Amino acid sequence: MTATTLSLPVERTRRPSQSRAEAVAAYVLSAPAIICLFGILLLPTLATFVLSFTDWQFGAPTLRWIGLDNYVHLAGDRVFWKSLTNTVVYVAVVVPCSVLLGLGAALLIEAGTSGRAFYRAAFFLPVTATLIAMATVWEIMLHPSIGLINVLIEALGFSKQNWLKDPELALFALAGIGIWQALGLNMVLLLAGLKSIPRDLYEAAAIDGADGPWTRFVTVTLPMLGPALSFVLIISAIRSFQVFDTVAVLTEGGPNKATEVLLYTMYQEGFGFFRAGYGAAITVVFLVFVLLLTLIKARLAEKRVHYS
Amino acid sequence: MNGARTLPFAIFRHVVLAAGAVVMIAPFIWLLSLAVKPADEIFTTDIRLLPIRWDAERNFTEAFSKVPLHRYLLNGVIVTAAIFFLQVLVALPAAYALAKLRFGLSRPLFALVLLGLLIPGHVPAIPHYIMLSSAGLLNSYAALVLPSIISVFGIFWIRQFFRTVPDDLIHAARLDGLSEFSIVWRIMLPAAIPALTAFGILSVVFHWNEYFWPLLVVTSPDMATPALGTVYLRNTEAGTDYGPLMAGTAIITAPLVIAFLLAQRRFIEGMTLTGLKG
Repeated sequence: MTATTLSLPVERTRRPSQSRAEAVAAYVLSAPAIICLFGILLLPTLATFVLSFTDWQFGAPTLRWIGLDNYVHLAGDRVFWKSLTNTVVYVAVVVPCSVLLGLGAALLIEAGTSGRAFYRAAFFLPVTATLIAMATVWEIMLHPSIGLINVLIEALGFSKQNWLKDPELALFALAGIGIWQALGLNMVLLLAGLKSIPRDLYEAAAIDGADGPWTRFVTVTLPMLGPALSFVLIISAIRSFQVFDTVAVLTEGGPNKATEVLLYTMYQEGFGFFRAGYGAAITVVFLVFVLLLTLIKARLAEKRVHYS
Repeated sequence: MNGARTLPFAIFRHVVLAAGAVVMIAPFIWLLSLAVKPADEIFTTDIRLLPIRWDAERNFTEAFSKVPLHRYLLNGVIVTAAIFFLQVLVALPAAYALAKLRFGLSRPLFALVLLGLLIPGHVPAIPHYIMLSSAGLLNSYAALVLPSIISVFGIFWIRQFFRTVPDDLIHAARLDGLSEFSIVWRIMLPAAIPALTAFGILSVVFHWNEYFWPLLVVTSPDMATPALGTVYLRNTEAGTDYGPLMAGTAIITAPLVIAFLLAQRRFIEGMTLTGLKG
């Protein structure tokens, strides 16, 4: 890298026309990306912000600037608060469970040599599968009378549950599906973290007398895995914050708003009730939360680089 | 962890992992099992993996006759292929310029790419919908493809990869008289294959499985993508005939699952990019 930065200016002083040609080529080559970046991503995102300050509805001929009214309305909207709370609860269940189970799977897989590829594939399979399709399978497995899960639960002596129709359980049933789907990705990212821990650290720890599996885990594995672990925590938080598919297909936010989540509320307000301005305001709130998580992630990613 | 390889631990490891694997795979096994069972064997509390009476043929033909499953699959192929192709077409030259060329707006442009990485796809959805709707493009391939042709993650990822390509390769190509344009497509594209494979898997899996956006812009079954198609199939079902529903679901899930089983390492590589993408 240093070699190029040193050699380029030399070339440039020798041939100024070439450097201008290089810049022209660069602009031509990046022009499509610049146009798309603004036209598809940045300006529409800006438009979402602008819309959130208007009362515009899809198809309406006019729109009015209403300042912060949408946000004031949101602050007093019980469905919105329910939705925000549900989303946070969902994240608070899915993240620790999927990360801990992913970590457990990664540690156990790494602890031996046999069956590694099989277990890794089995745990990773749900990550690639079409969630919306598998949600239907889960729905049948969660069926109140003939569902596999209820049948097994009853065989174990517990009573059957109407998982997706019980307001107390529905969000957690969806979280269960979320954990099932997210676990494999966390496992794979943590496996990569585990592999990067130098072997001699374990030997050094053994010399220092840390030879029980638990002591080794606490003194070597956990501290060395720390950065990878926090990275995985944040990305699974960002991903589970975007929960939509299972809600839209299995519960439609119900029963009685028990599974109403942020993106689903945005979808309903914006596209179900055609209140584009209000939907945009919810989107902005959604973006703020995701940005907060992303900024934490960026900090952690920097740290991670220092460690490795 | 070397000391832990005692026999009781090995047994413990396999028991726990196997139990976990069973839970993870169970929905797939159950999906296949239900897809070949007749209705009366689905509506029972007996747990039976294989049916007493096989009804696979009826279930699969029913699934295909209820909804245009082949059309969903075809749409899935068209949409994911078009998106990936256009993403590369837009991203690759820009990534080359950002990684290897000196130009005044290089830094600001890269900063905008990083800014773009922060924005989830749902955020510009309402303006996208408005634009496509006023252009009369709703319910078309254009509506499904256009919002996704810019992948800031793709630009970022390929740019990072290009920085590892030696400059000598490019200098040599220039001495041979290749234009910057030919360098991009004849030198850099082949060099980027590993990065593009990982990115391609991520892109295809994401758009094959995407539900939110197709749900917004697709209004007729013949434009449905695979994920949306399973929902159409569900809607033809009043909760009585699960066999065909499961058969159809199996068909729509199959391509990615089979591709994953055939190329696990590459898939895992590609999908872990989601970690960077957020």
